Amino acid sequence: MAYTKRLDGRKFDETRKIEAKTGVIKNADGSAFFKIGKTTAYAAVYGPKEHFPRSQQDPTKGVLRCNYNMMPFSGTGERVRPGPNRRAKEISMVTTNSLKAVVDLSDCPNAVVDVFIELPETDAGSRCAGICAASMALADAGIKMKDVVSAIACGIVDGSVVVDLDYLEEAHEGDVADIPLAMIPSTGEITLLQMDGKISRDELDEALKMTLEPLRKIAEIQRKALKERFK
Amino acid sequence: MKNKQMNKEFKNHILKALKQNIRVDGRKNDEFRKITIETGVIATAEGSAKVTCGDAILLAGVKLSLGTPYSDKPDEGVLMTGAELYPMSSPDFEVGPPSNVAIEIARVIDRGIRESGTINTKDLCIEAGEKVWMVSVDIAPINTDGNLIDLGAIAVMAALRNTRFPELVDGKPDYKHLSDKKLPISKVPIELTVHKIGDSLIVDATSDEEKISDARLTVAVLEDGSLCAMQKGGNCPLMHDEVMKIVDLAIKKTGELRKLL
Repeated sequence: MAYTKRLDGRKFDETRKIEAKTGVIKNADGSAFFKIGKTTAYAAVYGPKEHFPRSQQDPTKGVLRCNYNMMPFSGTGERVRPGPNRRAKEISMVTTNSLKAVVDLSDCPNAVVDVFIELPETDAGSRCAGICAASMALADAGIKMKDVVSAIACGIVDGSVVVDLDYLEEAHEGDVADIPLAMIPSTGEITLLQMDGKISRDELDEALKMTLEPLRKIAEIQRKALKERFK
Repeated sequence: MKNKQMNKEFKNHILKALKQNIRVDGRKNDEFRKITIETGVIATAEGSAKVTCGDAILLAGVKLSLGTPYSDKPDEGVLMTGAELYPMSSPDFEVGPPSNVAIEIARVIDRGIRESGTINTKDLCIEAGEKVWMVSVDIAPINTDGNLIDLGAIAVMAALRNTRFPELVDGKPDYKHLSDKKLPISKVPIELTVHKIGDSLIVDATSDEEKISDARLTVAVLEDGSLCAMQKGGNCPLMHDEVMKIVDLAIKKTGELRKLL
């Protein structure tokens, strides 16, 4: 049976409910909270600061370093074992890459900017929520950026192209493809693209097109949350 | 929580003010910051709580799973308490395996709950020697500003009381559907940490105050005023009469904290 109606009643191009806030972690130089459905991400920025170990310093510009972590109680099912694992390391890396494209650290050679992303609860789409929170936190910290980065997943669930898959959709029977996507909204440049599942060329084209409007909306929400702080 | 050196002038300022019984944020020595407790804040946890206290924010979440009991206690379930000090929550914390500080916090909170028999672990047994419920409760600071033991202990108690068992389907937990069944909780230990700075004894220390603390004593107190766990920390010794003063303060203040739960 084809997937003609979404399990939670959303339209195919409709995201889950989004909440965003900045300045939520007082100790940090910049911070943000981004919640989409039941996936929640906090991000805190510390830096620019002295970079240790020195061997990793870059004398031409500052280094951006992101760290993605799921809290032990953040998964449906069993407890998530704390500490770094292969998945978290990979997500940390692709998150860093997705944000590097907008961040200008040429003013602070040999320094590091740390971005810590923590997920208290996840229902799919956690790396995208993390990227949204992280880019807001960087802007909140006053890091020089050309735009925010907005991220959302798109994909296909048993024949239907959808945006913002939740956990139940990712586990749906039939062919499922999950495509986390991050974009610089003002230019349309894609800074993160991964895919997991099975999808045709034309379906991919349709999925990417369908994501544009939701991404624009997310960028709006991010910018609004950043401005709220200075009211 | 002594990873980073503090500005010397600021340290002297705190010490000087304390001599006149004034704290940098204007509180009295035995006064807590404003505490709020919310429960059921995390969809993926079987029980959860968010505690805010001044600028400090922390989460506690409970996960339940099925496992085999320890061979020396075949008819008892298992309770585990964990704490991680996320570098997100403070510039004093670093990435890496749990520090000694994190391990101490988790163990002191764990001891209060374990030694008081807060949870009747025999009620967590499904089949002796084969299958029991394992209760994991984890503390996760969002923004750290001192007093992690007391705030962690309150968050843990609130999260445990908020916990519902998942339904069992063919002997396996169905995490999407929680039952109405709560954890078998019989007692509620509340912990209070008193810091000694110079000659002053203060409760609910901030990160700044903790950095200049000479000694601390944590006391876990039950409803009837009896004590169920203690831990002394810090480099300086404490005298007998100071210990008794701290215990009296703990009995008084935990009574007030208990009303928040």
